[in-house]
Amino acid sequence: MSDVVEKTLSALPSLLSLDSQAGAGKLSPSSKLGNLIKGITELTSKHEEETLIKKELESIKEQVASPNTTMRQMKEIMVRAIYCEMLGYQASFSYIHAIKLAQQGSVLEKRVGYLAVSLFLNETDEFLLLLVNTVLKDLQSTNLIEVCMALTVVSQMFPKDMIPAILPVVEEKLTHPKEIIRRKAVLALYKFYLIAPNQVQHIHSKFRKALCDKDPGVMTASLHIYLQLIKENPESYKDLTGSMVTILRQVVGGKLPLDFNYHSVPAPWLQIQLLRILAYLGKEDQGTSEMMYDVLEESLRRAEMNHNITYAILFECVKTIYTVHPKSQLLEKAAECIGNFVLSPKINLKYLGLKALTYVVQQDANLALPHQMTIIECLDHSDVIIKRETLELLFRITNAQNVTVIVEKMLEFLRLTCDDYSTIDLVGKVAELTMNSVFSLGGDVMQPDIPNNFLRLLAEGVDNVEDRQLRLFAVDSYVSLLQGETAKLPQRFLQVISWVLGEYSYLREEESDPGSVMRLLARLLDQRHTSTETRSWVLGAMTKLCSSPVSVALARDVCERYLYSGSLNTVLRQKAQELMILSQDTKLRARVLPAEGRLESPEVDSSLSFLDGYVSDALAAGAAPYKSPHQRQEDLVQEKALSLEPYGLSLPVSLSSCSITDRRSPTLLSMSSGLSGNSTELSHQEGSTTLKLEGVKRVWGKDGYLAQQQSAGETPTPLVELPSPLLSPQSPPSQKPSSGLEPDQEKRQLASSLFVGLGSHNSVCLVRLPSTVWLFIKNCQSANQSNVVKSLFKPFYINSCQSKNHGSFVKVSGIFAARKSCQTDDSCCFPPQISCISGSPLKEVKGHSVSVCLHTVVMKRASVQVELAGLLSYQRPLGQPQAAQFSLSLSLKHFLRPLTVSTGDYGKMWLSFSHDLKQNLRLVTTEHQEPLTATLDALKGKLHLHVVDIIGSEGIVACRLLQGPGQGQPCLLHCRVHADSLAVWLRSPVPELPDSLLYHCQKALTET
Amino acid sequence: MQFMLLFSRQGKLRLQKWYVPLSDKERKKISRDLVQTILARKPKMCSFLEWRDLKIVYKRYASLYFCCAVEDQDNELITLEIIHRYVELLDKYFGSVCELDIIFNFEKAYFILDEFLLGGEAQETSKKNVLKAIEQADLLQELWEPPQGWLSELSLPAST
Repeated sequence: MSDVVEKTLSALPSLLSLDSQAGAGKLSPSSKLGNLIKGITELTSKHEEETLIKKELESIKEQVASPNTTMRQMKEIMVRAIYCEMLGYQASFSYIHAIKLAQQGSVLEKRVGYLAVSLFLNETDEFLLLLVNTVLKDLQSTNLIEVCMALTVVSQMFPKDMIPAILPVVEEKLTHPKEIIRRKAVLALYKFYLIAPNQVQHIHSKFRKALCDKDPGVMTASLHIYLQLIKENPESYKDLTGSMVTILRQVVGGKLPLDFNYHSVPAPWLQIQLLRILAYLGKEDQGTSEMMYDVLEESLRRAEMNHNITYAILFECVKTIYTVHPKSQLLEKAAECIGNFVLSPKINLKYLGLKALTYVVQQDANLALPHQMTIIECLDHSDVIIKRETLELLFRITNAQNVTVIVEKMLEFLRLTCDDYSTIDLVGKVAELTMNSVFSLGGDVMQPDIPNNFLRLLAEGVDNVEDRQLRLFAVDSYVSLLQGETAKLPQRFLQVISWVLGEYSYLREEESDPGSVMRLLARLLDQRHTSTETRSWVLGAMTKLCSSPVSVALARDVCERYLYSGSLNTVLRQKAQELMILSQDTKLRARVLPAEGRLESPEVDSSLSFLDGYVSDALAAGAAPYKSPHQRQEDLVQEKALSLEPYGLSLPVSLSSCSITDRRSPTLLSMSSGLSGNSTELSHQEGSTTLKLEGVKRVWGKDGYLAQQQSAGETPTPLVELPSPLLSPQSPPSQKPSSGLEPDQEKRQLASSLFVGLGSHNSVCLVRLPSTVWLFIKNCQSANQSNVVKSLFKPFYINSCQSKNHGSFVKVSGIFAARKSCQTDDSCCFPPQISCISGSPLKEVKGHSVSVCLHTVVMKRASVQVELAGLLSYQRPLGQPQAAQFSLSLSLKHFLRPLTVSTGDYGKMWLSFSHDLKQNLRLVTTEHQEPLTATLDALKGKLHLHVVDIIGSEGIVACRLLQGPGQGQPCLLHCRVHADSLAVWLRSPVPELPDSLLYHCQKALTET
Repeated sequence: MQFMLLFSRQGKLRLQKWYVPLSDKERKKISRDLVQTILARKPKMCSFLEWRDLKIVYKRYASLYFCCAVEDQDNELITLEIIHRYVELLDKYFGSVCELDIIFNFEKAYFILDEFLLGGEAQETSKKNVLKAIEQADLLQELWEPPQGWLSELSLPAST
């Protein structure tokens, strides 16, 4: 506290000097405020503060009422009044004086008067009417400051009905010579448009003029209006698309004055505004969307990943790309961008990544697949906001197969956060919706405890407004469900419906006739497909409901049918009997089922002590003592001497006894890599030749299984590797998965259950062939740089795993075609970007054996990403020739190799290359390394670059692109630390290489 | 933007600007709730909050929390930068601003905010222009005082 006071005191002189010209003789006005503030700082209790402020307000009240108070003093008093209001004390007596100050004060007093008005009042206050004339006068003033103040207060708040009085004057300001006035006038009109759109309808043409204003500030201001107009009615403004695209292109291209830069990014606010407008214009409109693809791509490319502001632009850009008519190439880049967000260690970006994913999975649920593990991690995040966003995301990808797990997760979350009413409200609805839409799909296969949990959720909780709303919502939605076709609803869902209706129908009783729910339930009983169990739930619900005469009559009908038309089911008969008696006897019913007692849980004597007397009597009479079901079962077991213990999980193929060939069977592969929870199932089913692919999908990522694991921050599991000429067999095949992986396995299991049903066809690396042939394509990057043949090799593992017939073999021959992915838009006019230059033929593959064939792939044209597709044809001894297609995505970094040159050679090469590109990149910071070294090391590690030299704050780096036999084309990088980013200059003789490489550098650094 | 609040680590409100019409009672309830929620959050947590139907974006600068409420479809990151730009403006105006500057000169902080955001939208994002506008008004404040009349005409170009 003391240093605060000290600082306060030291701040005082400067405060006094600020108003040093203020009148002499009287007490300095700010020292009064200063004293007040200082006084408050020194107080220790809330009570003392109250007393002090009360005193202060009394004194203010006295002063404002005094006729001798000058406007000058009034200004100072008003500041104190604002301060008291900010502390939460009412100073409403001063409002009228604030208006007076704005009316009568000189310019600087007016300024405070207007400020006080805008802080004290709001649009609906009648006091504001007193201000209209003042505003009008000030708008017409010859003093610029007065005009500005009037426009500011008008855009802040203005009585709606009074707009016509000042509209012509504000309109006039649109042609004012000063841009600051034009800008404020535009914003004032924007405000008018928001509160009274009809009143400004006639000046739309003037808005267009503002859009074309030579001052970028005025133009930016006009976009607020256009965003609103276009949002409401995109059709009428399609003609503006061209202009918007042009403006954005100019902004992105840095054509605006430097004043508009924000942290060296050109006018980010303007960019985002334009992107939002483009989203509205291009939505569901292919023609319009096509006009903006180029500029969207450019925005995406230009936004360097180094500052929050560029992330803001990227985020908006991604949103726009996913809103307008889709273009696959852009979508691909946007998806990648989302990936960067999701993987970012910065929590804000992670949140936005999840948010973006939530948005895009509605179009393509598969987009969530690459981020399974991250999503699982976010589900357990310590920040509740992240958790909630993750649940929202899961909610969007809910389908019949994963609903159980997702709903479970939601309920878990709900139980933890029951204090936060808004969370309950939101997620409760989410759960509710899920229940309704997916209960009906997957209801019967669901674990019984899920509906139970759901019912408990509904029943628990205090009887507050939110809970009531949730229950009423449930009742209403169920009633409308029952009114429709019920034959397809699962039994368990019908039971939930009956219970909810029985408990909570009273919530809607006021608005509908009491018999309607009863009739719906009775109809349910009449239907043939309703199971006995469900019927008893329905009867139970009816018992709770039969309070009105209509319901009693209905109940009697139902009961008579059950009791006299001879239903054989005792449970149903009993329920019907109960209903019969209780519906007739209101008093008894009120005792058994008290209406207000619904919420209290009944006390249950689980020890059944009230039966003690009966039991001892029975025992005395010679009855056998009670045995629990467990005991009975044990007795049974002993009698029959049969083991009912479930068989322990045993591996059908024992690891140690594996022969060389066996090691490469897919079974073992999946087991030793701990693929998923399905692995045991996989092995059990080996003999039956149908392997379950569900849930295993996508565990093999783009870069193979290992890479994905590393990205999740875990130790790599040993993979069964084939010794290839380039790969030292570093991982012993028989190594068992370490036990440390278990929690990870759990997560993966969760992942597979969460993401089940989201199939992906284009990037599955585990290709399933017809019959029993499996093809494993693994991406083996050459790590051994001393090898002469420095190329990218991709072994294809073709395993035949037929266990029934050992003698059979499969003939496999590979035909490889390289196809370029949709990376650039000139896909049709250029030759393929990669080609296979060599390959070994495949041999016959006998049962339980592996054949390896190696193909070398090189990149013909530099490109960020290419796709390798191929056809594998094979023939079984007695079968027809068959073929299987596969595809594999390769990125530029697979084709990059370090280029070892001397600094001198580097200099010579640098001068001779013509294609260059400059960009700023993010610097990597570590604890024990210089940022430059750390950054270059990161690039070296991820992209196989060679760091030629580091001198001071500069570094030179070289690499080459594999493009066929020989050395391959080089690319040189010159890096310099500039402020807190890395200025990179790339040069190469290959036109596309710098651009593509830069992209990967950006990506590599973002992931670090 | 719907509103902006500045409050100290002790939960004391330092500045409040409401861009939507709300009653005094509602304003007080909202600020009390939000201050509580935000102060309870840990430093490494996300700067965004979903609160009722709004999105809250907040950031702490030294002992002060800056907190903005935007609509759900608004861009959270750019809102964060709006806060940052406002802090930059305050910093430039006061010369390495601290909480005390804002306490003692809160009306100045309001004037700067009004020049930067108008009706809840960014009106001028150029730091130079915002400060120029403020300085002009401040200059007027000093010149206007003793001899009224001729100076004002000289320093302020009259509109036509």
